[in-house]
Amino acid sequence: MTGTSLITARERALAVLGGEPDDATLRRYLHGIPGVDAVGLEQRAAGLGTRSIKTASKAWALDRIISLIDLTTLEGADTPGKVRSLAAKALNPDPADATTPRVAAVCVYGDMVPSAVDALGAAHGDPDDGLISVAAVATAFPSGRASLEIKLADTAEAVAAGADEIDMVIDRGAFLAGRYGLVFDQIAAVKEACRRADGTSASLKVILETGELVTYDNVRRASWLSILAGGDFIKTSTGKVPSAATLPVTLLMLEVVRDWHLATGQRIGVKPAGGIRTSKDAIKYLVTVAETVGEEWLVPHLFRFGASSLLNDVLLQRQKLATSHYSGPDYVTID
Amino acid sequence: MSRLAVPKTYKLYIGGAFPRSESGRTYEVLSADGAFLANAAKASRKDARDAVVAARAAVGGWAGATAYNRGQVLYRIAELLEGRRAQFVAEIEEAEGATRAAASAQVDEAIDRWVWYAGWADKFAQVAGNANPVAGPYFNISVPEPTGVVAIVAPQQSSLLGFVSVVAPALVAGNAVVVVASERFPLSAISLSEVLATSDVPKGVVNVLTGSPAEIAPWLASHADVNALDLVGAGDLDWIDLEIAAADTLKRVLRPEQGPDAAAPALGRISAFTETKTVWHTKSMK
Repeated sequence: MTGTSLITARERALAVLGGEPDDATLRRYLHGIPGVDAVGLEQRAAGLGTRSIKTASKAWALDRIISLIDLTTLEGADTPGKVRSLAAKALNPDPADATTPRVAAVCVYGDMVPSAVDALGAAHGDPDDGLISVAAVATAFPSGRASLEIKLADTAEAVAAGADEIDMVIDRGAFLAGRYGLVFDQIAAVKEACRRADGTSASLKVILETGELVTYDNVRRASWLSILAGGDFIKTSTGKVPSAATLPVTLLMLEVVRDWHLATGQRIGVKPAGGIRTSKDAIKYLVTVAETVGEEWLVPHLFRFGASSLLNDVLLQRQKLATSHYSGPDYVTID
Repeated sequence: MSRLAVPKTYKLYIGGAFPRSESGRTYEVLSADGAFLANAAKASRKDARDAVVAARAAVGGWAGATAYNRGQVLYRIAELLEGRRAQFVAEIEEAEGATRAAASAQVDEAIDRWVWYAGWADKFAQVAGNANPVAGPYFNISVPEPTGVVAIVAPQQSSLLGFVSVVAPALVAGNAVVVVASERFPLSAISLSEVLATSDVPKGVVNVLTGSPAEIAPWLASHADVNALDLVGAGDLDWIDLEIAAADTLKRVLRPEQGPDAAAPALGRISAFTETKTVWHTKSMK
């Protein structure tokens, strides 16, 4: 997977902003974006959540959900062994059913990237080709509280170890303090650090940590800021704060992505992460994507679920569809 | 001026809450002479699925409580039943068309059975377990452990007594239960759920579904996360098919019982839903 070239991204940002991306210009631009109608947004999201998806559509949705999952383990207690078992599950989510699709990627901490690359072996590659990417969280995940040098070194090390995708966190403190130029520069610098020696680049997912941004207006501004600065994906959350991905927040981010696509023709990906545990919830997200940006976004390079326990629930639902009786947690792996 | 009575809508009891059926369905519960008594929720297979999830989540805590504590919690339910006996007597009179004396006798018997089973909580392991003699310097001890999630089709001809007679013994060993109440007499079961909800029984340990056992029981019998199936009240259903479905996932099954002695108090009803664990331990390290 290749990211957009930095030069064109910067030129595009300058053209949209009409000036250098400093605090004042970004502030003028981001605060000029209309505010979010919070009640309307939540109502729209709730409405999208009421669609009834049954039988053949449900079977399609379940398989599509699996192929969009970033199977994630981000624990202090992670070991190479745990990453190997995660990779084994990514390759073959339901050993009893060979028709089960593979997930899009495994998502690990930077130091676990070599283990993940080893464990995936020949299956490591672009999810659009049916292979599995390795995504690494970087930039002092989850807090983002470190100097830029450390964040860049963190990123470069993960890319050098074979990560195809980098999940970076923005500096929420700086964002909330209105230092948009700093946030912009950091994203741009991390994007640069995603470059490989051969000139290709790892895909950059920018985590907004919407649970810490307080308002929908801030989420909308942070989404624009991240896209302007060169992010290939915008991602809701780290999963480490209580309020993670919600349907309204994801809908809002999808609307930004839609507006950006209308304005520039460039397609940005969205990744809700954290708190999506059931197939039922995940299907609501599929509906929201299809209704907001279109079904063409339901591909691994434009939409992902950051999840760990979601996969088991989807597998249980698949088993239910296959056998016509309810399955149980004894029939899927313990994560 | 006469007052317009407010009929109660009886809901399901799942995971410590009282939801309506996800299907939105209800059915009318009639008295013995055909008068309208109340609307009860008509549970769907998805309600059964939700109940199993709630029960599974509750097994660990309930099974992990000490036997003494379980006994105390169960005994407390009997105390609460005693306090609400007038309500249960009135419900049974209306629903079954029983005399006040017969209804009172049924409530008395239900409370007594509950106390009887509560007493077994910290005693049945001494009877059902064993210290086995082995040819070596080892203690070899067999202890009964709870089977897990038990799905029960409650006796259909009784409102309170039948329900108590099947739920209490399954709880004694530390199982969590999903009970399909009597289709015709569901009200006492939901009233008992209100007692359970305000007692010390952790949420999810008892889950009560009302509606059609013929519709719900097959989903519970085939559910891979149900460990045992008590078909005591399934005599009028196609229970052999239920037993076959249960065999697919190796469930323990109790077969239907008919008549007034159905589900009579017995240690066997407790030990039916236990698994024997045998452990070895060295006798001495001289």
